[in-house]
Amino acid sequence: MLAKRIIPCLDVSAGRVVKGINFVGLRDAGDPVEIAKRYDEQGADEITFLDITASSDDRDIILHVVEQVADQVFIPLTVGGGVRTVEDVRRLLNAGADKVSINTAAVNNPQVVRDASRKVGSQCIVVAIDAKQTAPGKWEVFTHGGRNNTGLDAIEWAQRVEALGAGEILLTSMDRDGTRIGFDLGLTRAVSDAVRIPVIASGGVGSLEHLAEGVSTGRADAVLAASIFHFGEHTVREAKELMRARGIEVRL
Amino acid sequence: MTTVAIIDYGMGNLRSVAKAIEHVAPGHQVWVTSNPAVVAAADRVVFPGQGAMPDCMRELELRGLRLAVLEAAASRPFLGICIGQQMLFDHSEEGDVPGLGVFAGEVVRFRDEQMIGPDGSRLKVPHMGWNEVRHGGDHPLWEGISDGERFYFVHSYYVAPADPAVIAAETDYGLRFTSAVARANIFAVQFHPEKSAQAGLRLLSNFIHWAP
Repeated sequence: MLAKRIIPCLDVSAGRVVKGINFVGLRDAGDPVEIAKRYDEQGADEITFLDITASSDDRDIILHVVEQVADQVFIPLTVGGGVRTVEDVRRLLNAGADKVSINTAAVNNPQVVRDASRKVGSQCIVVAIDAKQTAPGKWEVFTHGGRNNTGLDAIEWAQRVEALGAGEILLTSMDRDGTRIGFDLGLTRAVSDAVRIPVIASGGVGSLEHLAEGVSTGRADAVLAASIFHFGEHTVREAKELMRARGIEVRL
Repeated sequence: MTTVAIIDYGMGNLRSVAKAIEHVAPGHQVWVTSNPAVVAAADRVVFPGQGAMPDCMRELELRGLRLAVLEAAASRPFLGICIGQQMLFDHSEEGDVPGLGVFAGEVVRFRDEQMIGPDGSRLKVPHMGWNEVRHGGDHPLWEGISDGERFYFVHSYYVAPADPAVIAAETDYGLRFTSAVARANIFAVQFHPEKSAQAGLRLLSNFIHWAP
Protein backbone atom coordinates (compact mmCIF):
# COMPACT_ATOMS: atom_id res chain seq x y z
CA MET A 1 0.00 0.00 0.00
CA LEU A 2 1.06 3.55 -0.64
CA ALA A 3 2.58 5.10 2.48
CA LYS A 4 1.38 8.37 3.94
CA ARG A 5 4.23 10.83 3.74
CA ILE A 6 5.92 12.96 6.39
CA ILE A 7 7.54 16.11 5.04
CA PRO A 8 9.75 18.36 7.15
CA CYS A 9 9.64 21.95 5.96
CA LEU A 10 12.64 24.25 6.16
CA ASP A 11 12.50 28.03 5.86
CA VAL A 12 15.48 29.30 3.92
CA SER A 13 16.59 32.92 3.75
CA ALA A 14 19.56 34.01 1.65
CA GLY A 15 20.79 30.42 1.51
CA ARG A 16 20.58 29.68 5.22
CA VAL A 17 18.01 27.68 7.15
CA VAL A 18 16.34 29.95 9.65
CA LYS A 19 14.19 29.19 12.73
CA GLY A 20 15.66 26.88 15.34
CA ILE A 21 17.25 23.76 14.02
CA ASN A 22 18.32 21.87 17.08
CA PHE A 23 19.75 18.47 16.24
CA VAL A 24 22.35 16.87 18.42
CA GLY A 25 25.76 16.96 16.79
CA LEU A 26 24.91 19.40 14.03
CA ARG A 27 27.99 21.35 13.06
CA ASP A 28 26.15 24.19 11.41
CA ALA A 29 22.50 24.71 12.27
CA GLY A 30 22.01 26.92 9.23
CA ASP A 31 23.40 24.62 6.56
CA PRO A 32 20.58 23.32 4.33
CA VAL A 33 22.63 20.36 3.10
CA GLU A 34 23.52 19.13 6.56
CA ILE A 35 19.95 19.50 7.79
CA ALA A 36 18.45 17.83 4.72
CA LYS A 37 20.84 14.90 5.16
CA ARG A 38 19.79 14.58 8.77
CA TYR A 39 16.12 14.43 7.83
CA ASP A 40 16.88 11.90 5.12
CA GLU A 41 18.64 9.71 7.70
CA GLN A 42 15.58 9.98 9.97
CA GLY A 43 13.40 8.65 7.18
CA ALA A 44 11.76 11.82 5.87
CA ASP A 45 9.75 10.98 2.75
CA GLU A 46 10.40 14.33 1.10
CA ILE A 47 11.81 17.69 2.11
CA THR A 48 10.24 21.06 1.39
CA PHE A 49 12.22 24.28 1.25
CA LEU A 50 10.34 27.52 1.61
CA ASP A 51 12.40 30.43 0.35
CA ILE A 52 11.58 33.44 2.52
CA THR A 53 14.41 35.59 1.20
CA ALA A 54 13.25 39.18 1.47
CA SER A 55 15.69 40.85 -0.89
CA SER A 56 15.15 40.21 -4.57
CA ASP A 57 18.92 40.54 -5.06
CA ASP A 58 19.38 37.32 -3.10
CA ARG A 59 16.66 35.31 -4.78
CA ASP A 60 18.96 33.29 -7.01
CA ILE A 61 20.75 31.92 -3.95
CA ILE A 62 17.98 29.37 -3.51
CA LEU A 63 19.04 27.81 -6.81
CA HIS A 64 22.48 27.05 -5.38
CA VAL A 65 20.93 25.65 -2.22
CA VAL A 66 18.75 23.33 -4.28
CA GLU A 67 21.72 22.21 -6.38
CA GLN A 68 23.81 21.39 -3.34
CA VAL A 69 21.04 19.49 -1.58
CA ALA A 70 19.92 17.61 -4.69
CA ASP A 71 23.48 16.46 -5.35
CA GLN A 72 23.68 14.72 -2.00
CA VAL A 73 20.19 13.87 -0.79
CA PHE A 74 18.29 11.33 -2.86
CA ILE A 75 14.69 11.89 -1.85
CA PRO A 76 12.16 14.25 -3.45
CA LEU A 77 12.65 17.96 -2.90
CA THR A 78 9.93 20.58 -3.16
CA VAL A 79 10.76 24.26 -3.32
CA GLY A 80 8.37 27.17 -2.84
CA GLY A 81 8.37 30.85 -2.02
CA GLY A 82 8.31 33.70 -4.49
CA VAL A 83 7.67 31.50 -7.53
CA ARG A 84 5.93 33.72 -10.09
CA THR A 85 6.59 32.53 -13.60
CA VAL A 86 7.05 29.38 -15.63
CA GLU A 87 10.68 30.42 -15.96
CA ASP A 88 11.02 30.46 -12.15
CA VAL A 89 9.60 26.92 -12.10
CA ARG A 90 11.93 25.74 -14.84
CA ARG A 91 15.02 27.16 -13.16
CA LEU A 92 14.22 25.48 -9.84
CA LEU A 93 13.60 22.13 -11.54
CA ASN A 94 16.85 22.45 -13.46
CA ALA A 95 18.66 23.11 -10.20
CA GLY A 96 17.37 19.77 -8.92
CA ALA A 97 13.94 20.41 -7.37
CA ASP A 98 11.42 17.67 -8.08
CA LYS A 99 8.39 19.81 -7.41
CA VAL A 100 7.81 23.54 -7.26
CA SER A 101 5.14 25.11 -5.14
CA ILE A 102 3.21 28.13 -6.42
CA ASN A 103 1.14 30.22 -4.03
CA THR A 104 0.28 33.91 -4.54
CA ALA A 105 1.15 33.83 -8.24
CA ALA A 106 -1.49 31.17 -8.79
CA VAL A 107 -4.14 33.43 -7.26
CA ASN A 108 -2.98 36.48 -9.20
CA ASN A 109 -2.61 34.62 -12.46
CA PRO A 110 -4.16 31.12 -12.52
CA GLN A 111 -2.88 30.66 -16.07
CA VAL A 112 0.62 30.22 -14.65
CA VAL A 113 -0.51 26.90 -13.14
CA ARG A 114 -1.78 25.70 -16.51
CA ASP A 115 1.27 26.94 -18.40
CA ALA A 116 3.70 25.46 -15.89
CA SER A 117 2.01 22.08 -15.71
CA ARG A 118 1.86 21.85 -19.51
CA LYS A 119 5.50 22.78 -19.76
CA VAL A 120 6.98 20.56 -17.05
CA GLY A 121 4.20 18.11 -16.19
CA SER A 122 1.56 18.17 -13.46
CA GLN A 123 3.68 15.97 -11.25
CA CYS A 124 6.10 18.87 -10.73
CA ILE A 125 3.49 21.50 -9.84
CA VAL A 126 2.24 21.96 -6.29
CA VAL A 127 -0.25 24.72 -5.58
CA ALA A 128 0.01 26.07 -2.05
CA ILE A 129 -3.29 27.23 -0.59
CA ASP A 130 -3.37 29.34 2.56
CA ALA A 131 -6.88 29.18 3.98
CA LYS A 132 -8.76 30.78 6.89
CA GLN A 133 -12.14 29.89 8.22
CA THR A 134 -14.66 32.67 7.58
CA ALA A 135 -17.86 30.89 8.66
CA PRO A 136 -18.79 27.41 9.89
CA GLY A 137 -17.79 24.96 7.16
CA LYS A 138 -16.42 27.76 5.00
CA TRP A 139 -12.80 28.67 4.33
CA GLU A 140 -11.37 31.36 2.11
CA VAL A 141 -8.03 31.70 0.41
CA PHE A 142 -5.65 34.29 1.83
CA THR A 143 -2.33 35.60 0.60
CA HIS A 144 0.52 37.58 2.15
CA GLY A 145 0.80 35.48 5.28
CA GLY A 146 -2.93 35.56 5.94
CA ARG A 147 -3.39 39.31 5.62
CA ASN A 148 -5.11 39.53 2.23
CA ASN A 149 -8.44 37.83 1.71
CA THR A 150 -8.82 36.89 -1.95
CA GLY A 151 -12.51 36.11 -1.52
CA LEU A 152 -11.94 32.71 -3.15
CA ASP A 153 -13.60 29.72 -1.52
CA ALA A 154 -10.80 27.32 -0.56
CA ILE A 155 -12.58 24.17 -1.71
CA GLU A 156 -13.60 25.65 -5.06
CA TRP A 157 -10.10 27.01 -5.51
CA ALA A 158 -8.59 23.59 -4.84
CA GLN A 159 -10.85 22.07 -7.50
CA ARG A 160 -9.97 24.84 -9.91
CA VAL A 161 -6.21 24.39 -9.53
CA GLU A 162 -6.66 20.66 -10.01
CA ALA A 163 -8.44 21.40 -13.28
CA LEU A 164 -5.64 23.80 -14.24
CA GLY A 165 -3.13 20.99 -13.89
CA ALA A 166 -1.77 21.09 -10.35
CA GLY A 167 -0.38 17.71 -9.32
CA GLU A 168 -0.70 18.22 -5.61
CA ILE A 169 -2.06 20.71 -3.07
CA LEU A 170 -0.18 22.03 -0.06
CA LEU A 171 -2.96 23.16 2.24
CA THR A 172 -2.10 25.45 5.16
CA SER A 173 -4.57 26.60 7.76
CA MET A 174 -3.65 30.20 8.56
CA ASP A 175 -5.80 29.95 11.69
CA ARG A 176 -3.64 27.13 12.99
CA ASP A 177 -0.22 28.03 11.60
CA GLY A 178 2.17 28.56 14.51
CA THR A 179 -0.41 27.64 17.17
CA ARG A 180 0.74 24.05 17.80
CA ILE A 181 -2.85 23.00 18.57
CA GLY A 182 -3.20 20.69 15.57
CA PHE A 183 -4.31 20.84 11.94
CA ASP A 184 -7.66 22.31 10.97
CA LEU A 185 -9.05 18.84 10.32
CA GLY A 186 -12.35 20.10 8.93
CA LEU A 187 -10.55 22.11 6.28
CA THR A 188 -8.14 19.30 5.49
CA ARG A 189 -10.90 16.75 5.08
CA ALA A 190 -13.13 19.04 3.05
CA VAL A 191 -10.36 19.79 0.55
CA SER A 192 -8.99 16.25 0.43
CA ASP A 193 -12.45 14.86 -0.29
CA ALA A 194 -13.09 17.49 -2.97
CA VAL A 195 -10.09 16.72 -5.22
CA ARG A 196 -8.54 13.67 -6.85
CA ILE A 197 -4.94 14.86 -6.44
CA PRO A 198 -2.91 14.38 -3.24
CA VAL A 199 -3.28 16.90 -0.42
CA ILE A 200 -0.52 17.79 2.05
CA ALA A 201 -1.83 19.09 5.38
CA SER A 202 0.06 21.93 7.03
CA GLY A 203 -0.25 24.41 9.86
CA GLY A 204 -0.63 23.83 13.58
CA VAL A 205 1.31 20.66 14.37
CA GLY A 206 2.38 20.56 18.01
CA SER A 207 2.51 16.83 18.68
CA LEU A 208 2.98 13.53 16.91
CA GLU A 209 -0.69 12.74 17.52
CA HIS A 210 -1.55 15.76 15.39
CA LEU A 211 0.31 14.27 12.44
CA ALA A 212 -1.65 11.02 12.75
CA GLU A 213 -4.96 12.94 12.97
CA GLY A 214 -4.15 14.83 9.78
CA VAL A 215 -4.11 11.53 7.94
CA SER A 216 -6.79 9.57 9.79
CA THR A 217 -9.40 12.29 10.37
CA GLY A 218 -8.21 14.88 7.85
CA ARG A 219 -7.67 12.28 5.12
CA ALA A 220 -4.47 14.01 4.03
CA ASP A 221 -2.07 12.07 1.82
CA ALA A 222 0.93 13.70 3.46
CA VAL A 223 1.63 15.87 6.48
CA LEU A 224 4.07 18.75 6.65
CA ALA A 225 5.62 20.09 9.82
CA ALA A 226 8.45 22.36 10.84
CA SER A 227 9.01 23.24 14.47
CA ILE A 228 8.13 19.84 15.94
CA PHE A 229 11.15 18.41 14.13
CA HIS A 230 13.44 21.44 14.08
CA PHE A 231 13.62 21.87 17.83
CA GLY A 232 14.67 18.29 18.31
CA GLU A 233 11.49 17.43 20.23
CA HIS A 234 10.77 14.54 17.90
CA THR A 235 12.39 12.76 15.01
CA VAL A 236 10.66 11.82 11.81
CA ARG A 237 11.15 8.20 12.82
CA GLU A 238 9.24 8.73 16.07
CA ALA A 239 6.44 10.34 14.10
CA LYS A 240 6.28 7.32 11.80
CA GLU A 241 6.32 4.87 14.67
CA LEU A 242 3.35 6.64 16.24
CA MET A 243 1.49 6.76 12.94
CA ARG A 244 2.09 3.06 12.41
CA ALA A 245 0.77 2.38 15.94
CA ARG A 246 -2.37 4.24 14.89
CA GLY A 247 -2.78 1.91 11.93
CA ILE A 248 -1.41 4.29 9.29
CA GLU A 249 0.76 2.93 6.50
CA VAL A 250 4.22 4.54 6.63
CA ARG A 251 7.70 3.92 5.22
CA LEU A 252 9.83 2.77 8.14
CA MET B 1 36.71 2.62 -16.88
CA THR B 2 33.01 2.07 -17.45
CA THR B 3 30.98 4.75 -19.17
CA VAL B 4 27.30 5.40 -18.53
CA ALA B 5 25.20 7.46 -20.93
CA ILE B 6 22.01 9.09 -19.65
CA ILE B 7 19.88 9.89 -22.65
CA ASP B 8 18.73 13.52 -22.68
CA TYR B 9 15.93 14.29 -25.11
CA GLY B 10 15.06 17.63 -23.55
CA MET B 11 12.22 16.51 -21.29
CA GLY B 12 12.94 17.49 -17.75
CA ASN B 13 15.91 17.56 -15.53
CA LEU B 14 18.37 14.69 -15.53
CA ARG B 15 20.63 16.15 -12.91
CA SER B 16 19.21 13.96 -10.13
CA VAL B 17 19.64 10.78 -12.15
CA ALA B 18 23.22 11.73 -13.03
CA LYS B 19 24.13 12.67 -9.47
CA ALA B 20 22.66 9.49 -8.02
CA ILE B 21 24.62 7.36 -10.49
CA GLU B 22 27.81 9.31 -9.83
CA HIS B 23 27.17 8.74 -6.15
CA VAL B 24 27.09 4.94 -6.54
CA ALA B 25 29.66 4.73 -9.32
CA PRO B 26 32.71 6.73 -8.30
CA GLY B 27 35.38 6.45 -10.96
CA HIS B 28 32.86 5.84 -13.73
CA GLN B 29 32.20 8.39 -16.41
CA VAL B 30 28.59 9.56 -16.47
CA TRP B 31 27.52 11.37 -19.62
CA VAL B 32 24.22 13.21 -19.92
CA THR B 33 23.85 13.31 -23.67
CA SER B 34 21.53 13.89 -26.61
CA ASN B 35 24.18 12.78 -29.07
CA PRO B 36 23.42 9.35 -30.65
CA ALA B 37 27.14 8.73 -31.16
CA VAL B 38 27.82 9.20 -27.46
CA VAL B 39 24.97 6.83 -26.59
CA ALA B 40 26.43 4.31 -29.02
CA ALA B 41 29.85 4.56 -27.37
CA ALA B 42 28.68 4.07 -23.77
CA ASP B 43 29.03 0.76 -21.93
CA ARG B 44 25.72 1.24 -20.11
CA VAL B 45 22.69 3.29 -20.99
CA VAL B 46 20.07 4.91 -18.79
CA PHE B 47 16.81 6.02 -20.41
CA PRO B 48 14.90 8.31 -18.04
CA GLY B 49 11.88 10.47 -18.67
CA GLN B 50 9.22 12.65 -17.21
CA GLY B 51 6.27 14.60 -18.49
CA ALA B 52 3.78 13.41 -21.07
CA MET B 53 4.65 10.46 -23.29
CA PRO B 54 3.58 12.12 -26.59
CA ASP B 55 5.98 15.00 -25.90
CA CYS B 56 8.74 12.57 -24.91
CA MET B 57 8.34 10.53 -28.11
CA ARG B 58 8.30 13.67 -30.25
CA GLU B 59 11.44 15.10 -28.63
CA LEU B 60 13.22 11.76 -28.90
CA GLU B 61 12.47 11.62 -32.64
CA LEU B 62 13.42 15.26 -33.18
CA ARG B 63 16.87 14.59 -31.76
CA GLY B 64 17.33 11.52 -33.91
CA LEU B 65 17.70 9.31 -30.86
CA ARG B 66 15.27 6.51 -31.71
CA LEU B 67 17.82 4.25 -33.34
CA ALA B 68 20.42 4.88 -30.66
CA VAL B 69 17.90 3.85 -27.99
CA LEU B 70 16.83 0.75 -29.89
CA GLU B 71 20.41 -0.25 -30.56
CA ALA B 72 21.38 0.18 -26.90
CA ALA B 73 18.31 -1.74 -25.73
CA ALA B 74 19.31 -4.58 -28.04
CA SER B 75 22.91 -4.78 -26.94
CA ARG B 76 24.03 -3.29 -23.62
CA PRO B 77 22.93 -3.01 -19.98
CA PHE B 78 19.95 -0.71 -20.31
CA LEU B 79 17.89 0.90 -17.54
CA GLY B 80 14.57 2.59 -18.28
CA ILE B 81 13.07 4.88 -15.64
CA CYS B 82 9.45 6.12 -15.42
CA ILE B 83 8.44 7.42 -18.88
CA GLY B 84 11.66 5.81 -20.09
CA GLN B 85 10.07 2.49 -19.16
CA GLN B 86 6.71 3.38 -20.70
CA MET B 87 8.31 4.43 -24.00
CA LEU B 88 9.71 0.93 -24.44
CA PHE B 89 6.19 -0.43 -24.97
CA ASP B 90 4.09 -0.63 -28.14
CA HIS B 91 1.60 2.09 -27.45
CA SER B 92 0.34 4.54 -24.83
CA GLU B 93 -3.18 5.64 -24.01
CA GLU B 94 -1.66 8.97 -23.11
CA GLY B 95 -2.14 10.93 -26.31
CA ASP B 96 -2.76 7.66 -28.21
CA VAL B 97 0.86 7.48 -29.38
CA PRO B 98 3.02 4.56 -30.47
CA GLY B 99 6.07 3.77 -28.35
CA LEU B 100 9.32 2.08 -29.33
CA GLY B 101 7.91 -1.44 -29.28
CA VAL B 102 10.81 -3.03 -27.40
CA PHE B 103 8.22 -4.71 -25.16
CA ALA B 104 4.81 -5.84 -26.36
CA GLY B 105 1.98 -4.22 -24.46
CA GLU B 106 0.14 -1.03 -23.62
CA VAL B 107 0.66 1.93 -21.34
CA VAL B 108 -2.65 2.59 -19.59
CA ARG B 109 -4.04 5.12 -17.12
CA PHE B 110 -5.26 4.39 -13.60
CA ARG B 111 -9.03 4.25 -13.96
CA ASP B 112 -11.10 6.37 -11.57
CA GLU B 113 -13.46 3.48 -10.84
CA GLN B 114 -10.55 1.28 -9.70
CA MET B 115 -9.11 3.88 -7.37
CA ILE B 116 -10.55 2.55 -4.15
CA GLY B 117 -8.25 1.66 -1.26
CA PRO B 118 -8.57 -1.43 0.97
CA ASP B 119 -10.34 0.71 3.58
CA GLY B 120 -12.82 2.09 1.03
CA SER B 121 -11.09 5.48 0.71
CA ARG B 122 -10.51 7.06 -2.66
CA LEU B 123 -6.98 6.70 -4.01
CA LYS B 124 -5.48 9.80 -5.55
CA VAL B 125 -4.01 10.05 -9.05
CA PRO B 126 -1.14 10.70 -9.69
CA HIS B 127 0.11 7.75 -7.67
CA MET B 128 2.60 9.82 -5.72
CA GLY B 129 4.82 8.65 -2.90
CA TRP B 130 6.48 5.55 -1.50
CA ASN B 131 4.92 2.23 -2.35
CA GLU B 132 5.92 -1.40 -1.99
CA VAL B 133 7.66 -3.16 -4.83
CA ARG B 134 7.10 -6.94 -4.85
CA HIS B 135 9.86 -8.46 -6.88
CA GLY B 136 10.49 -11.99 -5.61
CA GLY B 137 14.21 -11.33 -5.78
CA ASP B 138 15.09 -13.38 -8.82
CA HIS B 139 16.95 -10.72 -10.78
CA PRO B 140 20.47 -9.40 -10.08
CA LEU B 141 19.17 -5.82 -9.88
CA TRP B 142 17.19 -6.69 -6.73
CA GLU B 143 20.24 -7.96 -4.89
CA GLY B 144 20.32 -6.56 -1.35
CA ILE B 145 16.83 -5.08 -1.72
CA SER B 146 14.03 -6.60 0.37
CA ASP B 147 11.01 -8.00 -1.39
CA GLY B 148 8.35 -5.35 -0.71
CA GLU B 149 10.85 -2.50 -0.26
CA ARG B 150 9.35 0.94 -0.83
CA PHE B 151 10.36 3.12 -3.76
CA TYR B 152 9.23 6.60 -4.76
CA PHE B 153 6.60 6.75 -7.50
CA VAL B 154 4.98 9.63 -9.31
CA HIS B 155 2.85 8.69 -12.31
CA SER B 156 -0.68 8.39 -13.66
CA TYR B 157 0.01 5.71 -16.29
CA TYR B 158 1.55 2.25 -15.95
CA VAL B 159 2.69 -0.50 -18.30
CA ALA B 160 0.63 -3.59 -19.03
CA PRO B 161 2.99 -6.10 -20.69
CA ALA B 162 1.50 -8.58 -23.13
CA ASP B 163 3.97 -11.22 -21.95
CA PRO B 164 3.82 -11.81 -18.19
CA ALA B 165 7.30 -13.36 -18.33
CA VAL B 166 8.84 -9.86 -18.51
CA ILE B 167 7.28 -8.71 -15.23
CA ALA B 168 10.08 -8.10 -12.73
CA ALA B 169 7.99 -6.47 -10.00
CA GLU B 170 4.45 -5.55 -9.10
CA THR B 171 2.88 -2.90 -6.90
CA ASP B 172 -0.63 -2.50 -5.51
CA TYR B 173 -2.50 0.73 -6.06
CA GLY B 174 -6.20 0.19 -6.61
CA LEU B 175 -5.09 -2.77 -8.68
CA ARG B 176 -1.88 -4.74 -9.02
CA PHE B 177 0.23 -3.13 -11.72
CA THR B 178 3.64 -3.88 -13.21
CA SER B 179 6.24 -1.68 -11.57
CA ALA B 180 9.33 -3.19 -13.23
CA VAL B 181 10.06 -5.24 -16.34
CA ALA B 182 13.16 -7.14 -17.37
CA ARG B 183 14.36 -9.12 -20.37
CA ALA B 184 17.95 -10.05 -21.20
CA ASN B 185 20.02 -6.85 -20.95
CA ILE B 186 17.04 -4.55 -20.30
CA PHE B 187 15.67 -3.55 -16.92
CA ALA B 188 13.04 -0.85 -16.58
CA VAL B 189 11.16 0.57 -13.62
CA GLN B 190 8.14 2.79 -13.12
CA PHE B 191 9.45 4.31 -9.88
CA HIS B 192 12.35 6.73 -9.46
CA PRO B 193 15.42 4.99 -8.02
CA GLU B 194 17.24 8.34 -8.02
CA LYS B 195 14.68 9.62 -5.51
CA SER B 196 14.26 6.44 -3.47
CA ALA B 197 16.93 6.94 -0.81
CA GLN B 198 19.07 3.90 0.07
CA ALA B 199 16.95 1.34 -1.78
CA GLY B 200 17.12 3.37 -4.97
CA LEU B 201 20.86 3.88 -4.70
CA ARG B 202 21.29 0.15 -4.21
CA LEU B 203 19.33 -0.59 -7.37
CA LEU B 204 21.44 1.89 -9.34
CA SER B 205 24.60 0.37 -7.90
CA ASN B 206 23.37 -3.08 -8.91
CA PHE B 207 22.77 -1.78 -12.43
CA ILE B 208 26.30 -0.37 -12.64
CA HIS B 209 27.72 -3.78 -11.67
CA TRP B 210 25.27 -5.87 -13.66
CA ALA B 211 26.70 -8.26 -16.23
CA PRO B 212 23.69 -9.60 -18.15
